[in-house]
Amino acid sequence: MNSTVFAPWEDPEQKPLIRFQNVTKKFGSFTAIDNLSLDIYEREFFALLGPSGCGKTTMMRMLAGFENPSSGQIELSGRNIVPVPPNKRAVNMMFQSYALFPHLTIWENIAFGLKREGKDKETIATRVHEMLRLTRLERFAKRKPHQISGGQRQRVALARSLAKAPTLLLLDEPLGALDAKLRQDTQFELMDIQEKTGTTFVIVTHDQEEAMTVASRVAVMDEGKLMQVATPDRIYETPNSVYVADFIGDVNIIEGRSRFLEEGQYEIDWAEGQQALHAATSAKFDNGQTCYMAIRPEKITITADRPEAADNCVQGKIHDIAYLGNLSTYHVELPNGTIIKAQTANTRRIARRSFTWEDQVWLSWTATAGVMLAR
Amino acid sequence: MSRFSWFNAVSLTIGFAFLYIPMIILIIFSFNESKLVTVWAGFSTKWYGELLANEAFLDAAWVTLRVAVFSSTLATILGTAAAYVLIRSGRFFGRTLFSGMIYAPLVMPEVITGLSLLLLFIGIGLERGVLTIVLAHTTFSMCYVSVVVSSRLATFDKSLEEAALDLGCSSAQAFRLVTLPIIAPAVISGWLLAFTLSLDDLVIASFATGPSATTLPIKIFSAVRLGVSPEINALSTIMIAIVTVGVITASLLSKRKLVREREEEFMAARS
Amino acid sequence: MRRFALIALPYAWLLALFLVPFLIVVKISLSDVALSIPPYSPQFSWDEGIGAFLAELDFENFVFLTQDSLYWKAYLSSLFIALVSTVLTLMIGYPVAYGMARASEEWRPTLMMLIILPFWTSFLIRVYAWMGILSQEGFLNQFLLWTGIISTPLTILNTTTAVYIGIVYTYLPFMVLPIYAALDRLDGSLIEAAEDLGCSRLSAFWLVTIPMSRNGIIAGCFLVFIPALGEFVIPSLLGGSGTLMIGKVLWEEFFSNRDWPVASAVAVVLLLILIIPIVLFQRNQQRASEAD
Repeated sequence: MNSTVFAPWEDPEQKPLIRFQNVTKKFGSFTAIDNLSLDIYEREFFALLGPSGCGKTTMMRMLAGFENPSSGQIELSGRNIVPVPPNKRAVNMMFQSYALFPHLTIWENIAFGLKREGKDKETIATRVHEMLRLTRLERFAKRKPHQISGGQRQRVALARSLAKAPTLLLLDEPLGALDAKLRQDTQFELMDIQEKTGTTFVIVTHDQEEAMTVASRVAVMDEGKLMQVATPDRIYETPNSVYVADFIGDVNIIEGRSRFLEEGQYEIDWAEGQQALHAATSAKFDNGQTCYMAIRPEKITITADRPEAADNCVQGKIHDIAYLGNLSTYHVELPNGTIIKAQTANTRRIARRSFTWEDQVWLSWTATAGVMLAR
Repeated sequence: MSRFSWFNAVSLTIGFAFLYIPMIILIIFSFNESKLVTVWAGFSTKWYGELLANEAFLDAAWVTLRVAVFSSTLATILGTAAAYVLIRSGRFFGRTLFSGMIYAPLVMPEVITGLSLLLLFIGIGLERGVLTIVLAHTTFSMCYVSVVVSSRLATFDKSLEEAALDLGCSSAQAFRLVTLPIIAPAVISGWLLAFTLSLDDLVIASFATGPSATTLPIKIFSAVRLGVSPEINALSTIMIAIVTVGVITASLLSKRKLVREREEEFMAARS
Repeated sequence: MRRFALIALPYAWLLALFLVPFLIVVKISLSDVALSIPPYSPQFSWDEGIGAFLAELDFENFVFLTQDSLYWKAYLSSLFIALVSTVLTLMIGYPVAYGMARASEEWRPTLMMLIILPFWTSFLIRVYAWMGILSQEGFLNQFLLWTGIISTPLTILNTTTAVYIGIVYTYLPFMVLPIYAALDRLDGSLIEAAEDLGCSRLSAFWLVTIPMSRNGIIAGCFLVFIPALGEFVIPSLLGGSGTLMIGKVLWEEFFSNRDWPVASAVAVVLLLILIIPIVLFQRNQQRASEAD
């Protein structure tokens, strides 16, 4: 493996593999995709993430060729693919329902695309075998789709769409039909196969954990627009909006007004009789501008006594405790009624837990722990 | 919901007795020695012998069979195309008229369908015979085929066709290699339905035919108008036997297939 | 191009062999009867054009239908017979469908097959089977005389009663199947919920089962009523001279009297009568499929 970090999107010299240019897609009066531009690079594992109806599936279907944009252009390797029909694109898709042909065996399903290309028998047999080995399905080659389990079907669908060695593989909610345990294993398997084959993957999912696990970059979508496109850690740590912060993981959002302190330092006045919050940010805010402090529960420390030196510190009483096994989330009610969530790892047995309902506690966090957002 | 009670048992018994006793009596008396169909005079198969020696009946059976094979095959092709158009083609010119013409023959009284076709055949000077019956039967049975096939297509997972396109098929190839094999059972039952409708039809065939071609139902009708005859009983018994064997075989086969598939799915889920 | 052929082929077929023939019927219903072959004088020729056709358009055949009491009596009696037999079929068919839906899982496929089997059996033969049963010396009379319920044989064949029996018998599966389909979908816990909330078994049936199977009942009734209205085979084999049904009248007008214009007018009026139940039926089906 190359020791340099894989980040072609930061290299201005790199040509993107896929380029959406001002793409708009309308269904009647409904705008599914709204003037959207996006670059995806070769060998990327790119995730389109968003709630249902956000337009992520439409993006994927436009790449596969099942929908055409109402306006704008989609380029694949520098060529506009909008007029190319789906059967002529070097793009393959793994369907959410898997869409395995029920009347064909696993072997025939995988060979289906190769046969359409008119390859000779030997080439097809070699390639199918290769795919069966890659997905560990050799034993099932002669079976029909209904004779194998859900996880195996998922692998057949993957093998079938990879068999033609497409430049781009589209995965529509590929793990949606699997149960939680199997899903985790399969996520790593997918990443493994992506790395082995070097194919560019675009995955559509509504499961943020899945997107964070598998993807090199994540695009968070809402109502046909891109909200943020960044690596999973940046999406989590430095969301660019309340929407993204709220969509990914658990977060406390505190609304207030900004007050300039010094370069990169602001105070946020957020409630009568409460000490202003202290935040560090590289963004610029005007004095008195409405702003939001987004702070993840696990970045908040909970203590019985007031900590000595803390950038931000508030007092409240424990309203509720959610015990999650490895973690506990404390819902702490402040005097003005605001609820702040704080999370601690349960490193000790529950009987030795330090806090319980109605306890008065202090919550504290550093100036850099939270993110200051304008919208 | 299985809360079976004596009431249900009684209503099922009465219902099915009502459905089957007339046919059973018909079958029993086809083996009656006597010419009088309502008086039992001992077991005999002589009416079957007479039936098989009756050339008029055999001719009619042959005409009926030919008409049924041709018309049901044509109807299956046209009906499947119509179903595909109805389910898959979005909007096109005259779509409402088209779907109207598909459904109307299903509720149209046979006398009207027959009358209108006869007037057409006379109007264009087509000589009436086997050809005109085939045309007439194809027209109404294609609508039945289209209803059967379109109800299957409506539940067809469209992503299967998209997957075929995605893997390099043209839309015609996708239909031939994926859609058709999967909807084949519905197409076959459509054909069987069209075939039986054609075999059974009396009214439309009576209008559509001329003196050159007589179908079995026309023959039976003119015979039974004069009263019950043991020969017709024998013929009926043969027809009922064929249908019964066919339906029982079909339902056993489909049940076996279902059971096997369920077992295999169960095994697959456990592995 | 291929898509065009796919649409055009069935489309053209139905236009030529369904719509055009029907327009011919309408046209001939507006013509005069003539003693020739074909036995009508056309009212419309392309040479004279549509204007002349519209000017000469006459409804004398339709006027004739209202003047001769045979016709309107036949329409009314067809409606009456179809209605009564629909109600009778429902009364027999509902308990059968209900019993099937309540039968155990392993019995249901067999019962289903027994209901479908008559579908595939010749209609004509099934009507014919009743001739031997209902006649003067038929099995029903033999049986009733033997039990001593009656002392002289009843006349059933060639009466309207026989027509009712025939219609109920042949159309029973059409009633049972949609009702069974509706009852089969019915969630058993709904009835348990009703009983849990204080319904007796009978009132749970009345307040839950019947309304939930409403669409099936309506579909079944139309599937019996619509074909029964234009029925020909049953009245002509089982009915007598006193049984007036419009399908039979049309047949005789055409084949015996050779009065094509009047036969066509009879057909047009029958279709006008049928449009109402057909539209209602369509609406019910649409509502049912929307509810799913």
